[in-house]
Amino acid sequence: MAELKSPLRMKSGISKWREDMAPRVRELRFTIYLLRQSPLVVAGFILMFAFIAMAIFAPWIAPYGPEERIWEAKLQPPSSQHIFGTDESGGDIFSRIIWASQLDLAIAVTVVVTAMAIGSAMGAASGYLGGKIDEVMMRITDIFLAFPALILAMTIAAALGRNLTNLTIALIVVWWPAYARLIRGQVLSEREKLYVEAARAVGAPTRRIIFRHVLPNSIYPLLVNATLDLGGVILTAAGLSFIGFGAGAGIAEWGRMIADGRNYLFQSPWMATFPGLAILLSALAMNLVGDGLRDVLDPRLRR
Amino acid sequence: MREAFPLKMRDYIIRRLLLLIPVLMGISMVTFTLSHMIGDPVAAYLPGGAVERIREQQIQQIIKAHHLDEPIYMQYWYYVNDIMRGDWGISRSDHDRPVVVSIQNYFPATFELTLVAIVVSLLMGIPMGIISATKKDKPADHATRLFSLTGISIPIFWFALLLQYTFFYQLKINKLPYLPLEGRVDDFVMISHPLKTVTGFYILDSIITGNWPVLISSLSHIILPGFALAYATLALITRMMRSSMLEVLRQDYITLAKSKGLSERVVIYKHALKNAMIPTVTVTGIAFGGLLAGAVLTETVFAWPGMGRWATGAILTDDIGAIMGFTLLIAVVYIVANLIVDLIYAALDPRIKLG
Repeated sequence: MAELKSPLRMKSGISKWREDMAPRVRELRFTIYLLRQSPLVVAGFILMFAFIAMAIFAPWIAPYGPEERIWEAKLQPPSSQHIFGTDESGGDIFSRIIWASQLDLAIAVTVVVTAMAIGSAMGAASGYLGGKIDEVMMRITDIFLAFPALILAMTIAAALGRNLTNLTIALIVVWWPAYARLIRGQVLSEREKLYVEAARAVGAPTRRIIFRHVLPNSIYPLLVNATLDLGGVILTAAGLSFIGFGAGAGIAEWGRMIADGRNYLFQSPWMATFPGLAILLSALAMNLVGDGLRDVLDPRLRR
Repeated sequence: MREAFPLKMRDYIIRRLLLLIPVLMGISMVTFTLSHMIGDPVAAYLPGGAVERIREQQIQQIIKAHHLDEPIYMQYWYYVNDIMRGDWGISRSDHDRPVVVSIQNYFPATFELTLVAIVVSLLMGIPMGIISATKKDKPADHATRLFSLTGISIPIFWFALLLQYTFFYQLKINKLPYLPLEGRVDDFVMISHPLKTVTGFYILDSIITGNWPVLISSLSHIILPGFALAYATLALITRMMRSSMLEVLRQDYITLAKSKGLSERVVIYKHALKNAMIPTVTVTGIAFGGLLAGAVLTETVFAWPGMGRWATGAILTDDIGAIMGFTLLIAVVYIVANLIVDLIYAALDPRIKLG
């Protein structure tokens, strides 16, 4: 609507920008206020930031390197030296969990962001263009969604070869159709709304309507889904790693560490326990934050 | 409009069944493509460990029999034909048995485990959801919510290991009665009291044939894997039940029922429950996919002789026939389960537009 030159629109620069943004800032403040009402959601945010900080600052926090071995200290129970104990080749479990957070979070973020980008583009095009394209696209997503995620990912990972890169690719292939469906649904419902009609009436092109109007209004459900999916991807990736489809021997990765710990479950239970706790807490953080965001951003529950 | 309903329902079922055809075709295309990506498709039909001299001959025979020298679209055509005729290739990791036979052997074990998990999660999840909703924001609600959030976030294979550590190892070293570590039944019980196969479900078969030692042994074996598998689904059902119950309790007809002086119990169980159950039924269908995937991990930890353990073993040894058969079958089971759930859903809620 840039071509409309009403007197109200004559102001320029920062003051105009601030005036435009004022309602959004007010909404954001209100959202933050609502989020802070629930102690569980606050706990989720704290946990989430703790994990992110752990991944970023791993080189400074971890007392030992990811591949470092202290051969004379094999299978030691938790002590002041090794607070989570050591594994069968003398690796410090506490350090390895910290290093693994880099790997596991990186996989989760890569999968979710890529799947979201591919899925949103496909879904938006499908929903807005409709017709044959939409029909074909939806049948394709039907096929992908007909497989349980872990099982399709397992088969794809097997076809590509069992390593972490292929695991990540497999998870992206499995995850994008859900985003395509979500965005398509959003586009279909937004498309009928008055503001889109208004934009179309003043002659805005399709691309502009999708990117400037429809997608920004679909950002919240997308955000909620992405947060919840981060938890889901962490769990699935760890599960696949556990049965031998991801990280190879010796790599500090949570699922792999549990698989190694399984062989010493009864003598050295700490080996499997602590990495599992890391997976549980990181997935829990994502679920708490995702749930909180959903409740707060749902317009029916908002006021 | 009431009398028009059965007719509409029939049309709906036919429409849904027709819609399955393109999905089934797509699924078979996916497995076909993957089988070509994994390696030589001949491997899906070639028994392992044959002598080198005979091997070359065998390969030529397989290529002829399954038309593997023809263009790719013809190969797909023959692949679909083979599947329809029940020739799913052979599973090298399973003593070169035909894949169909392996499935017959392993499917009942997985299905039994999955059914137990569904029953456990419905029996526990529905009451927990009701309690959570009726005691909203009270300690019971907070406890239930934390319990179900944990269920959604817990890595199932790790939870399974914790159960083994606690209910097998810790109980055993403390000389208390303990649950079995792994397997589906004690071998010595099966030898002393052989079980006649009727359905392939040990629990059902042992009841039918009155084989009590096997019943006790298989029940004690299914507790830990059944609960490990159930936890995530249980959490989903509890959450769904809570939110749909809260939604229903806000409706006018509930207020009316309460203001008529009906007791809390009657209002909840006679008036609210049926409507609140509808979304829960749907979520059970969605959760079924999670159960099948979870079964792969659970079976691995508990050495449960089911499809999941067979499939992971197959993938780790590049047993293409088994991988394709497993993936195809799971997808079919999953979409059929969802179809059934949709039909139940449509039958439960007359407001649903069948279109």
